[in-house]
Amino acid sequence: MELFTNQVLSGIATGAIYACIALAVVMIYEAIDHLNFAQGEMAMFSTFIAWQCMQWGVPYWGAFVISVALSFVAGVAIERVLFRPLGHASILVHIAGFIALFAIINSVAGLIWDFTIKPFPTPFGATPLFGGVISSHQAGMIVVTLALLGLLYLFFRFTRIGLAMRAAATTPDSARLVGVNVGWMIALGWGLAAAIGAIAGIMIAPVIFLEPNMMGGVLLYGFVGAVLGGLSSPAGAVAGGFMVGVLENLTGTYIPGVGNELKLPIALAMIVAVLVLKPNGLFGRTQVQRV
Amino acid sequence: MSINLRPHLGVLSAAALALAVSGGTALAQKKYDTGATDTEIKIGNIMPYSGPASAYGVIGKTIDAYFKKINAEGGINGRKINFISYDDGYSPPKAVEQVRKLVESDEVLLVFDPLGTPSNTAIQRYLNQRKVPQLFVATGAAKWDDPKNFPWTMGWQPNYYTEGKIYAQYLLKEKPNAKIAILYQNDDFGKDYLKGIKDGLGGKANQIVAESSYEVTEPTVDSHIVKLKSSGADAFFNITTPKFAAQAIKKVAELDWKPTHLLTNVSLSIGSVIKPAGPQNAQGIISAAYLKDTSDPQWKDDSGMKKFDEFLKTYYPEANRIDASVMFGYNVSQTMVQVLKQAGDNLTRENIMKQAASLKNLETDGLLPGIKINTSATDFAPISSVQLIRFKGEAWERFGDILSSDATH
Amino acid sequence: MSTAHDTTRDPAMPPAPRAAQKTSAGSSVDLRLIGGLAALLALLIVPIFLRNFVVFQLTIILAYAIAILSLNILTGASGQVSLGHSAFFAAGAYAAGILMEHGGVPYGLAIPLAGVICFVFGFLFGLPALRLKGVYLALATFALAIAAPPLLKLGTFEHWTGGVQGLLLTKPDPAFGLPISQDRYLYYLTLAIALLIYWLSVNLLNSRTGRAFMAIRDNEIAASSMGVDLALYKTLAFGISAGITGIAGALGALAVAFVAPDAYTFNFAIALFLGMVIGGVGWLPGSLAGAAFIVLVPNMAESVSKGLSGAVFGVFIIAMIFLLPNGARQLVDLTYNQIRKLIR
Repeated sequence: MELFTNQVLSGIATGAIYACIALAVVMIYEAIDHLNFAQGEMAMFSTFIAWQCMQWGVPYWGAFVISVALSFVAGVAIERVLFRPLGHASILVHIAGFIALFAIINSVAGLIWDFTIKPFPTPFGATPLFGGVISSHQAGMIVVTLALLGLLYLFFRFTRIGLAMRAAATTPDSARLVGVNVGWMIALGWGLAAAIGAIAGIMIAPVIFLEPNMMGGVLLYGFVGAVLGGLSSPAGAVAGGFMVGVLENLTGTYIPGVGNELKLPIALAMIVAVLVLKPNGLFGRTQVQRV
Repeated sequence: MSINLRPHLGVLSAAALALAVSGGTALAQKKYDTGATDTEIKIGNIMPYSGPASAYGVIGKTIDAYFKKINAEGGINGRKINFISYDDGYSPPKAVEQVRKLVESDEVLLVFDPLGTPSNTAIQRYLNQRKVPQLFVATGAAKWDDPKNFPWTMGWQPNYYTEGKIYAQYLLKEKPNAKIAILYQNDDFGKDYLKGIKDGLGGKANQIVAESSYEVTEPTVDSHIVKLKSSGADAFFNITTPKFAAQAIKKVAELDWKPTHLLTNVSLSIGSVIKPAGPQNAQGIISAAYLKDTSDPQWKDDSGMKKFDEFLKTYYPEANRIDASVMFGYNVSQTMVQVLKQAGDNLTRENIMKQAASLKNLETDGLLPGIKINTSATDFAPISSVQLIRFKGEAWERFGDILSSDATH
Repeated sequence: MSTAHDTTRDPAMPPAPRAAQKTSAGSSVDLRLIGGLAALLALLIVPIFLRNFVVFQLTIILAYAIAILSLNILTGASGQVSLGHSAFFAAGAYAAGILMEHGGVPYGLAIPLAGVICFVFGFLFGLPALRLKGVYLALATFALAIAAPPLLKLGTFEHWTGGVQGLLLTKPDPAFGLPISQDRYLYYLTLAIALLIYWLSVNLLNSRTGRAFMAIRDNEIAASSMGVDLALYKTLAFGISAGITGIAGALGALAVAFVAPDAYTFNFAIALFLGMVIGGVGWLPGSLAGAAFIVLVPNMAESVSKGLSGAVFGVFIIAMIFLLPNGARQLVDLTYNQIRKLIR
């Protein structure tokens, strides 16, 4: 029983990593109705910027704010410079653009900061909780994730700009008719997604260490969490992230024989099974297509 | 016996035949194969400069810088090294493509320090069929020491399997009734160590109470550590690459688990593993080393380390000297240069292999005192000894004898 | 559009430039035929004069082109996106490897068998995938790509797959004692199979089945109300695409003479996807251009800068999609248009 509790707790701790990045995934999905493969690399780069600021002597929260602000600007700029001109092209072409962006950011970060791992500070300390299964940093990270989620909920539900963004993503033509500047809404979505990604990266780095390839696996699990919970639901995505963390742990611990070696494939198979039953994720809204 | 002494009788294998042919000719006469001329020696290499293993690309960059230094100092016997290194992205098909380009299009004399077990396995048969040296491969699999079947392939670093055996034997001596937990990376590197440990434990392999493998795509290994701890083990084999090693060391400390902790040589860098994980969390960890750690204060005034730093200052200033790959690249390059020096004006592929197989007590700048490079026609494992080390304070403390792989057979 | 190998009317794709549409009618059809024949002739003759290494490289490009063609059938024709074709490629490669090395099956039989095995895999995977669309389908296939390497490494099958060490294959000697090198022989074998698959694919897309695929792509609900059996045709598209990729995998494995889990990571799935976009979605001849891009352009990027090869590669991709958002087909269309102007 202790093992079970520990595995669930440690799953939640790992799940917080996925949940954090899943929020960024949902954000961009709300803006462009698609997933951004370069999201993890953007977050990694933002985290390096925060790290670099701290190396130059900027205090933690100063570096935090600089990184998040710069990321927001960079997100908007990437949309304006790279993806806006592609606007009319097929979504498949956009995905090729994401792949290009991934390659560029990863390679540039590797050149500037090389590939050795770097420790990243945390404002929440590293006190072990529950016998060390969760550290105080990880607890802090869960709180940050939930707070971000709350803010996003309020933003999308109650602010004009949030509502306009949702309208622009789901029904761009109708949004345009009611006077929403769809182009800028998309850019804003990119900016917000990049900023959330920066926060996610800064939260994740103390656990997994900072290096250019740090986000490869994380983004993958973030996608899985977001899709499992439902891409159209920020709360669902966060819940999905936590579920993936716990599910994966329990698979690795309790399925005898191949469970350990195959915990990822088994967890993925379960998630695909969930999607087959609930094609829009557990908490996503059903999309109706008109003929 | 040494087949070099009896060249006409020792026709045991293709290697021996090759050695016999070149062994009979006078060294004074200039002899060249493709890739060598009066002014140039072409050396090929493949490295994962991009992709998931791009962290190791530093080795290629270090080698390149080192050969620049050699060229700036006049080259080897008057010849400049032309080092051609291609990116294989750690993908075996790409490795085959790039190596064929090196051999058939760039026409290199030899392929030096190609990285990764899968990539090297993919190119080994091709290079042996073409009789092109595949020298000092950058992987610790035991299979590169097989001169009978692959006379054109040679390893360099101590192999993972033997190192695993050494750890197991150490543990049996120190803690005969240990309950053992193992964390390993699910690839050739992890499996080789695992096999070495199990063979080393021999009849006591049943003392392994928990075993867990991870994929490199996993963000953290935290949950594996939680699981391993709950098995009640009091000894822990940490068979991981640097990032995961640092995570594991940190998590073990957070869980207040105090096993006898054995860490692989791959991840013993103070600068890029121990410091990120927190030196206070790494006290008492046991590992085995053959190279000096660049961030270990005990080598501050070491003459080899000084030469290394001078090299970095002039030829590779952008290097991160705490990266263990830089030290690796530096020493493997020195080994290559020694072989080329020994080959003199006889730059045939046969003679390159012959010289690579006759290194005697070579000490490159970064090798630990007492560890020497030795090869022979039947021993294609240049570095086959290590010394156990224990982390104490801020540095690794060496203890016990130099352990050679022969002692573990 | 009258030509069958042209399947663009994907709702996600804008129509090809107007000029290009004009060219596909009337006299320019002959131009296209001439262009195709010239390409074919080049593929047949040029390798005779090339070094073995280049011939090997071309063989790899052809094998990837076959895989990209299969993606084009799936995405371009039936509208389903896959980021998991590396898994089918791996399945084909391993099937051929295991059959040849453990079963003693001759390669001539192992290649089609690899295709059949992958067809079954693809068909079975297509069943649950039926319920998924868009991003969700992309994710499910992506999951497949990620699950493939751990499965290939699995200790349980190690005796067959070689586990983490991979499996070495024997390169076939030229049949009928042909006096050419192994590399050249493999090239022509791969070319023959590629041409056969191309011809079959064009016919498939022209057939009732192909029209059903395209009807599903354009509008599922409309297609099903016109009597197209959605489940059957969508899974069939998956099966056929996976089967073709399996053959490509087998050919790729023969050329490299080695299979290992590290060769078939999701990076490879993404490369294949990229090849499809660069070649032009839904345009089968573009598969060859896309394959050439994913094999050769990284090498070019590397020669520009070693430390920044990834960045240079990314810039090349961006340049491609900015200049030619419809892929290589757009270039071909533009060229035809220019030639036509000159002739007139």
